[in-house]
Amino acid sequence: MNAALAAGVAAAATCAYARGERIRVRKVDAPGHIRTPHYIRGKIGVIERCVGFFKNPEELAYGRSGEPLRALYRVRFLQSDVWDDYRGGPGDTLDIDLYEHWLEPVTAP
Amino acid sequence: MSDTHDHAHAAGHRHPPQPDHDDTLTYYRKLEMAVRELLIEKGVFTTGDVRAVVEDIESRTPEGGARVVARAWTDPHFRELLLNDATAACAGMGFEMALYDVKLTVVENTPDVHNLVVCTLCSCYPRMLLGLPPAWYKSRAYRSRAVHEPRAVLREFGLELPEKVAVRVHDSTADLRYLVLPMRPQHTESFTEQELAALVTRDSMIGTAILRAPD
Repeated sequence: MNAALAAGVAAAATCAYARGERIRVRKVDAPGHIRTPHYIRGKIGVIERCVGFFKNPEELAYGRSGEPLRALYRVRFLQSDVWDDYRGGPGDTLDIDLYEHWLEPVTAP
Repeated sequence: MSDTHDHAHAAGHRHPPQPDHDDTLTYYRKLEMAVRELLIEKGVFTTGDVRAVVEDIESRTPEGGARVVARAWTDPHFRELLLNDATAACAGMGFEMALYDVKLTVVENTPDVHNLVVCTLCSCYPRMLLGLPPAWYKSRAYRSRAVHEPRAVLREFGLELPEKVAVRVHDSTADLRYLVLPMRPQHTESFTEQELAALVTRDSMIGTAILRAPD
């Protein structure tokens, strides 16, 4: 899907999470073509932006339509939240593109 | 392996591929060839489609990205559009973007933030502006270390950043492709857009380098 089409679809659908919202990446093992790297599963980050709506690569990989479209987010993590042994500045971050069905709300502070 | 054989050629008969003499026909290369040939036989795409994409990618070089960066340094309106909708901004400069089914995203270096791009899963790269990625970008070492110890990786590229500069790593795992907008070097106020473009290096647009003031 090209970006123009994604933008058109975005106007018709809504993103479940808003910029600044804290989320946790689902910590599950799933077979297949998964774009959520293992190292980020279970980590807590903040929504940087909702990018738009895209075909689901987990479906596309098997020759299926990729629909329903999935909201895609840029999610920002503090490096010190991702790696216990991180060595660097306190403001160092990691931004990852994650599909909505891999995110869950963080209730407790 | 040989493509010479003495039986008659039936309709649709295919020769096995010629072995490469200068390279290794690995398991995954064989797999790619087999899948590609099957998809062509099934009519999913044609050899012409494959050739068109390969030729387009191979025709692109980091000079394309450098032109975009220089335009952003000299045209504030373009810079704003580039940061908001890089695909549209680059299409407006005449870059063919529709062939690439991804959303180009430009991230800007500032005195406080340094951006670094990696694809931990494979080799996602802004090919429409930079061409093919360098071998190190696809290496397991870069892919695994850039997210875990980016400052050590940058140091090996000769870039030591003070701790007060936040290092922001972008792992391009999905439909976005990232280009870093490097900071304009000092003492270039009198430079034309074309002269500025000549200063922009590939690595500065990946984030493994910054641009120094010209001599």
